[in-house]
Amino acid sequence: MKKKFKLQDLDCANCAAKMEEAIKKIDGVNDASVSFMMQKLTIDAADDRFEAIMDEVEKVCAKVEPDTKILR
Amino acid sequence: MSKKQKQMVIRIVVAFIMLLLILAGEHTGWTDRIQPQMLVGLICLIPYEIIGYDILYKAARNIRNGQIFDENFLMMIATFGAFGVGEYSEAVAVMLFYQVGELFQGYAVGKSRQSISDMMDICPEYANIEEEGVLTQVDPDDVELGTVIVIMPGERIPLDGVVIEGESMIDTAALTGESVPRRVIPGDTIISGCVNGSGTLKVRTTKEFDDSTVARILELVENASAKKAPVENFITRFAKYYTPVVTIGAVILAFVPPIAGALTGVGSFGSLLGIWLYRACTFLVISCPCALVISVPLGFFGGIGAASRIGVLIKGSNYLEAVAEVDTIVFDKTGTLTKGEFKVTEVLPISMSEEKLLEVAALGEGYSTHPIAASIREAYGSALDMERVTNTEEISGHGIHTWIDGKEVYLGNAKLIESLQIPFTKSDRAGTVVYVASEGRFVGTIVIADTVKNGAKEALSAMKRVGVKKTVMLTGDRKEAAVAVAEQLGIDEVHYELLPADKVSKVEQLLETQAEKSKLAFVGDGINDAPVLTRADVGIAMGSMGSDAAIEAADIVLMDDDVRKIASVVGISRKTLGIVKQNIVFALAVKALVLLLGATGYANMWAAVFADVGVSVLAILNSMRTLRVNKK
Repeated sequence: MKKKFKLQDLDCANCAAKMEEAIKKIDGVNDASVSFMMQKLTIDAADDRFEAIMDEVEKVCAKVEPDTKILR
Repeated sequence: MSKKQKQMVIRIVVAFIMLLLILAGEHTGWTDRIQPQMLVGLICLIPYEIIGYDILYKAARNIRNGQIFDENFLMMIATFGAFGVGEYSEAVAVMLFYQVGELFQGYAVGKSRQSISDMMDICPEYANIEEEGVLTQVDPDDVELGTVIVIMPGERIPLDGVVIEGESMIDTAALTGESVPRRVIPGDTIISGCVNGSGTLKVRTTKEFDDSTVARILELVENASAKKAPVENFITRFAKYYTPVVTIGAVILAFVPPIAGALTGVGSFGSLLGIWLYRACTFLVISCPCALVISVPLGFFGGIGAASRIGVLIKGSNYLEAVAEVDTIVFDKTGTLTKGEFKVTEVLPISMSEEKLLEVAALGEGYSTHPIAASIREAYGSALDMERVTNTEEISGHGIHTWIDGKEVYLGNAKLIESLQIPFTKSDRAGTVVYVASEGRFVGTIVIADTVKNGAKEALSAMKRVGVKKTVMLTGDRKEAAVAVAEQLGIDEVHYELLPADKVSKVEQLLETQAEKSKLAFVGDGINDAPVLTRADVGIAMGSMGSDAAIEAADIVLMDDDVRKIASVVGISRKTLGIVKQNIVFALAVKALVLLLGATGYANMWAAVFADVGVSVLAILNSMRTLRVNKK
């Protein structure tokens, strides 16, 4: 399943790249991209565990840049 | 400015005033009288805390999260180092300068993001549905297929549809860049994202919101930044190594020279450590690759935005970069260089008037549904009295046999007349030729040809001007028709009588002969073109006439089918890449220079802050230039 999320207070391009890399490493994520310009996260992940994966995504993003919020 | 940014301005002003007081004190020698000197350091800690507390907090938090090499941490170490070697006011100044730069950078990025999204502001907010005489506003997403919606003057068209009532002029500028409004009457199709002019329209929707033009364009543009250009990928990889390398360099710089100096007896370890620690701190300040990481994607994003403003959608930064290197452009003929509409271009009678010949042909073709027949009837123009026509039969692959006013008439290709053994002269005209024979005599020919698009010739010469070396035309059409169009437009190479599959192999052949670094673009209207569009380095499709499959397969879509835009896109692409390269070279050169000067003691921390945030701001401002387009 492919879904898009808006990101709030993502204000560092380097962090966006780090987040993208961290999200891609999560088990069950097929593909992910964090767009600094659009302030958006596009994620393609396994359907059955999507919510659990998103919780994980939130955790890794908080590690990279705690100010950024994923609007779910 | 956001609330956060306003707070930052206040902090900057307060810290700046305090810093000025301290600097004044240092200048007049007043601070020298404070004993011990440590007290000065303590005083300086006040503005330092005011301006930099969030940096320190973030640094501490990120270390806990295992993110060591981030800029907050590096700034913290660098300013702590300055405190350590007794440069109190400098530590405050560096932190202050850094925050000013960050603020400006955030502001500039926000502004450019804003101007790009303004440009993309084609998304309709609501649709009007009439229910029992009352208009209600609903979310375009909730409108079902086939619903009748009402579009008031000045409103944005929310969904694709067909006009069923009302007349208006619609402004398509947001989608096509075309400034002349288009007139619509009942029966015309309209696309979402355009703005309605002065008339009220009732429209039956033909697509749901997710499939409508506006939703698809937004999707394409939003996803465009995900497809990164090689330059962008290079910067991302570079950034990953740059920070650790510079940081390790700083550590070596801080300790190796003092140890070496102490061993060789140049000076004491303690005094040397002070000097080299300061130099190492300047290294740390420069170690963030921000200028590159922000300005390069921003440049590409601006370029894609600029292209969309002239009605060209580019599906990714990688394609924008590839276009700059295009030196061969391959065109499909019908629908791309020509209008794809067949028109009678010549009526050549032998022994009767032109009108009479056209009348005979129109009557003869009166029952046919063939496009050729339709164009002959259209050229004749007047109403046809079909009672004059009897016993019409189609001779498959040849033409028509019929009786008009009791006279036997044959209409068709050369093979037909040959088979009748009627003497005639074979035409060498380009296009489709219809031979007419009446009562066993050859009476003339009618030539039907596709007409060349307005501006196609200028488009080709403009492409040559921007550096395209070779233009090639592929067509399934006959040799004469193909060569005529190619000559008219000045195309270098032409391949005719190709089947759709042949087009793919022709493009593959051309790709093989292509020079290493140059790229090949294919331009098509999409009918049968999807495989070729995918195969070419850059596939360019027509947006309004092309098929959905072609738009999916293409990398670049011309919204208004205007081939002249191709040269403009090449221009935008070159300009964008130029700006991106300027930024990379400028940022790396300044950083390298300041690193060198810092290591040898010629550059202080102020210069280092400039090399970091100053360069970043300049690069962002430079990137913003990609947004500007010259309309003509």
